[in-house]
Amino acid sequence: MRRPGRPSFAVLTCLLLVAALVPAAGAAPDDKPRAGGELVFIVAAEPPSFDAHREETFAMLHPGAPQYNTLMRVDPFDRTGTKFVGDLAESWTISADRRTYTFKVRQGVKFHDGSLMTSRDVKASYDHIISPPPGVVSSRKATYQSVESLDAPAPDTVVFRLKYPEASFMAALASPWNWIYKADILARDPRWYEKNVMGTGPFKFVEYVRGSHWIAKKNPDYWDKGKPYLDGFRAIFIPSSSAQVAAVRGERAHIQFRGFTPADRDNLVSAVGKKITVQESPWNCSIGATPNEQKKPYDDKRVRRALTLALDRWEGSKALSRIALIKEVAGIQVPGTPWATPPAELEKLAGYGRDITAARAEARRLLKEAGAENLSFTLVNRAVPQPYEPFGIWLIDQWRQIGVTVKHSVLETSSWFQALRNGEFEVAVTAPCNSIVEPDLDIHWFLTTSPVNYGKHKDTVMDDLYARQSRTLDPDERRRLLRQFEKRLYDEEIHFIMGFQWHRIIPHSSKVRGWTIMPSHFLNQQLDTVWLAE
Amino acid sequence: MASYLAKRLLLIVPTLLGVASLVFVIMRVIPGDVALLILGGDQGSHIDPQQLAAVRQQLGLDQPLIVQFGVWMWGLLHFDLGTSLWTGRPVVEELLIRLPLSLELAVLATMISVLISIPLGMLAAVRQDTWVDYVVRVVSIGGLAVPSFWVGILVILFLVLFFGWGPPLLFTPPWEDPWANLQQMIWPVVTVGYRYAAVTTRMTRSTLLEVLREDYIRTAWAKGLAQKAIVIRHALKNAMLPVITLIGTEFAFLIGGLVVTETVFTLNGVGRFVVDAVAHRDYPVVQALVFLIAFGFVLVNLLVDLTYAWFDPRIRYQER
Repeated sequence: MRRPGRPSFAVLTCLLLVAALVPAAGAAPDDKPRAGGELVFIVAAEPPSFDAHREETFAMLHPGAPQYNTLMRVDPFDRTGTKFVGDLAESWTISADRRTYTFKVRQGVKFHDGSLMTSRDVKASYDHIISPPPGVVSSRKATYQSVESLDAPAPDTVVFRLKYPEASFMAALASPWNWIYKADILARDPRWYEKNVMGTGPFKFVEYVRGSHWIAKKNPDYWDKGKPYLDGFRAIFIPSSSAQVAAVRGERAHIQFRGFTPADRDNLVSAVGKKITVQESPWNCSIGATPNEQKKPYDDKRVRRALTLALDRWEGSKALSRIALIKEVAGIQVPGTPWATPPAELEKLAGYGRDITAARAEARRLLKEAGAENLSFTLVNRAVPQPYEPFGIWLIDQWRQIGVTVKHSVLETSSWFQALRNGEFEVAVTAPCNSIVEPDLDIHWFLTTSPVNYGKHKDTVMDDLYARQSRTLDPDERRRLLRQFEKRLYDEEIHFIMGFQWHRIIPHSSKVRGWTIMPSHFLNQQLDTVWLAE
Repeated sequence: MASYLAKRLLLIVPTLLGVASLVFVIMRVIPGDVALLILGGDQGSHIDPQQLAAVRQQLGLDQPLIVQFGVWMWGLLHFDLGTSLWTGRPVVEELLIRLPLSLELAVLATMISVLISIPLGMLAAVRQDTWVDYVVRVVSIGGLAVPSFWVGILVILFLVLFFGWGPPLLFTPPWEDPWANLQQMIWPVVTVGYRYAAVTTRMTRSTLLEVLREDYIRTAWAKGLAQKAIVIRHALKNAMLPVITLIGTEFAFLIGGLVVTETVFTLNGVGRFVVDAVAHRDYPVVQALVFLIAFGFVLVNLLVDLTYAWFDPRIRYQER
């Protein structure tokens, strides 16, 4: 015999059980920096090692950076990520010929083991980057080719002497990867930092459990008195994007610093409203198509020009930005930053005009003239949903409208790289990605000698323009050279069919304050300015 | 029995050797380069060939394949599962971080499954073609038809949408904080246990139905034995052999095979560890884990076979 009412009791029991497992949550907003609390953030991948001089992935930088300082840094409140301030450098002077940079290093800064940091540590760290000992990998060694010598003449002084003036040298010194290590440790074991964490940063390393978490606590002896505001942080490694969204939505995590999709943003905002704050920025990554100039008919610039003329970037931006991490129509620099192309000039470039009908008519004419009227090819793309796949689909649709038939070949990452490196493609989706917005660091991809010149173009004019803009000391002259470089790259020779700038979207808990989005997920990760309004 | 056991134990050796060799070859055949991944080559950045060579040398990947294979086998003979190429830590150390979680999940899901499925399967068999049977069949077919990761996503969505709450993201061992552990583990356990229970319920029902039609059961009925005695003492015990095999195999699977569920619930378990290692081309980790999972399967199968003798006295494992 079934007793009446039992199902309701069972349902009630279940709901009570669920309710019992759900702790109450609440936030008390505050406008002034507040000390205390633990920031919980999500990292979508695992760090391969702990050595920033060696690594290139945000998976290491996001949990690792708060434990270190760099000599210079990007201003943590500058949304363009192009203003530099001292980190361990207290002050600096640059010689008139811009070849000698002298830095006064902060005194009284302590490593987490209690020892004092001096200019010797700065020198040792940069030696580790610029001239790594045998067996040590330095990923950014090539960035410092201009350095002739590096000296530490006094405990508070570091001097860089360059072979030639370089406009981007200060940016290179503000690289978020150039953590200052302890000289004695590097002397004893140059690879010690691959498996250990010990810096001068605002947080002290506590533990890392692969696949699970990274914990750090406040450094009470931090040189910047009053900072950090947080008691500590906990980085949680969650590869699944749906689990990341659920974690933020369920208030288990405050933020994920790399970026969410527009759909995730909209879901979070509609679900939790004011508990979520959204910061957005153009991202210093672009996505486009690289034609293989070693193969016919892509050696013909008329064909390449036709392919870029076919793209309706302005309408594409509106459509794709609703579903993918791409948005801005841009030139060779992130819009809104000092070296970006003015909109009026941008629209003069092939395929950037507002009259798409005329552009496509011109594209058809060029294809006919080049004898490629019935062009068909395979577009090699990377099997990464954001933003590669939607972008690839968009490209195919755009080219179809000038009579070009394209097959989409989506390859797993390693196969995609293999195809690029071996030149086994006709046209491939590629996505140059950078950190600090600086022309030298951003456009080296397109040089003839670049190892990532997958299209195998040879353009000494462009190479010369790059070298000249890099060494010029006059900003107006540099701007003019950059525009020439851009016109040659996107309009005249079309070595890269630029699509869009990536768009970074960070929806985070409104409790998180003091953190400013920048055009790179590599920047502003020291967390010394971050606090929790609770 | 002793000679049967000795024979089965000896057979484990070539089986595991085969697995070890196969996984070594497969990992070298699949495209991808751990050194490239370590240097961030998958991010689209430029990698200096000299740096690449240096990393390969550090990892011992510049050695001929036969040497690498020899090192792997020699390590196995000395119970050394190697060192992760990705973290530089011993594989055993890495595994021990994840094993408690996976074991807890497997044990709890198995317990829930057994506690639910055997009574339900019995009930459905005894009350065949009544509403009880129909309900049990619908629920169990539902469990089979719906992937557990999807149920997991629904569970999380339900919690987040209706309660604005998600399970904790970090594993807390039950001996440290049972409440925190329960908050995290109950959802995946229920999710996995439901599918597991569905499979076992179906198996229990069908095997019990088969046994209930045997002549000796008819005899028992004719002798006037009580239903409880017939079903539990005579029928169930004989119906248990395939159910036990299933429980054993599922248990072994649960330790290393819950990749998607672990991902959905952000559990740092062995399944995710395997997939993560494959994605990173962390050869020693993949080799060691596949080897250990294979060992687990072999061991569980052996234990299952040995329990047959207890359930069915006709099975003696004696040599003819």
